[in-house]
Amino acid sequence: MPTFVYMTRCDGCGQCVDICPSDIMHIDKSLRRAYNIEPNMCWECYSCVKACPHHAIDVRGYADFAPLGHSVRVVRDEEKGTIAWRIKFRNGKKDMELLAPITTKPWGTCIPQLAGESAPSSDMVNSELLYNEPKYVRMDEGGLHTLESNGLEIKEGVYY
Amino acid sequence: MLTINPFAELSANIPVYAMQAYVVVMFLFVIGGTVLDMLHKKSAQYFFENAKKAEKSAKRTVSGGEKTSLAISTLTSEVLTSSEFNNQKRRISHLFTMYGFILFVATTAIMIFAYPTAATPTPSIIPLLWHVGALSLCFGGYWFWFSIRVDVNSEGKKWYKLDRADLFIVSLLLTCTFALIWSALQSAGVSGWSTLAFVLFILSSTVLFVGVYFSKFAHMFFKPAAAYQKKITRADGSRENLPVDFDLTDPAVQAKFPDIPEYMGDNPPYMGLGIKRESPNHY
Repeated sequence: MPTFVYMTRCDGCGQCVDICPSDIMHIDKSLRRAYNIEPNMCWECYSCVKACPHHAIDVRGYADFAPLGHSVRVVRDEEKGTIAWRIKFRNGKKDMELLAPITTKPWGTCIPQLAGESAPSSDMVNSELLYNEPKYVRMDEGGLHTLESNGLEIKEGVYY
Repeated sequence: MLTINPFAELSANIPVYAMQAYVVVMFLFVIGGTVLDMLHKKSAQYFFENAKKAEKSAKRTVSGGEKTSLAISTLTSEVLTSSEFNNQKRRISHLFTMYGFILFVATTAIMIFAYPTAATPTPSIIPLLWHVGALSLCFGGYWFWFSIRVDVNSEGKKWYKLDRADLFIVSLLLTCTFALIWSALQSAGVSGWSTLAFVLFILSSTVLFVGVYFSKFAHMFFKPAAAYQKKITRADGSRENLPVDFDLTDPAVQAKFPDIPEYMGDNPPYMGLGIKRESPNHY
């Protein structure tokens, strides 16, 4: 379900307008506050929710991870390098908190070098799997990709 | 020009009571417009309902003394220094505009009610403050209008594209701009053009004060209330259902969320500005 803005919190700074990948966060013409101009086209990427410095944007979360009427809120604190989630059920009894480091990698570092890859064989073309899927999701070897398995570590200067 | 009371010279052409009546009527329009705006948007009702909802998820009760100190800190921080703005440029521009407007309106009222004619000489500081206020407002306002305004900065619109949201800032800027032009022309003794500037000054100030209901003028009343309510939710632990602001070096936090010490160490470093590194203008 789409994002919405608490008008009393918004100060019309434009961070959500700038970051929205669907270009549907815009500035209202009568109050100069942000709003979602096309809720149908919002895919709940949470970019604007995380970018808003006043936490003025919220999302009504899907019913597949909590009953309707719950609150799901997120704070992406780049200076601490963490992302915190809180999911609270509507009766207030279930109140979950999650905290993890931001693992977003620097822009442009994860572009697959497809020119260097060999062309897919006919078996691969007819397979139900996507191109190079076993390799990229590591179904063929080892466990799932992690920071450690990729030889990465979290550095200062979180990128977006 | 800077130390001359322009209203005293105006009293030769316009009766003093008419000037004073105009100020009173504009003041009533601001009050009426704000009340109507509040009733129409149901903002007061929203605030009370929201406060009640927040109280339900409060983890502790905020005492009366604490509420008073939060109200004082809202006044000294959010109201007087516009600290709620995350963008420092916008904060500085807002401070110039806000204090400019306060100086301009206060000195206008003083000049019109206390020193309306040449018979009661105006202390030179009052007209000086009137001009400084108008100049300060113009500086902050035009800076905002041409470069900081979100429509220009983030939406990529041209500065001359007007919307209803611009009613407040445009009428505010035109009021002070025409006031300064009128004062300059009056001091220079250019009577015809100065009358035109005066008419435009009155026209734009009328739009500013009469249009309170249609513009965002009323923000000066509800913004402090919103800032105060935000502080209350932080103090009572409800935090608008936002996650707790964890101390990453706390062993209890590290035990609860083992990813933190595993990937960031026991004493996580400062990770840099992130999104705040760049201005939001990648349109």
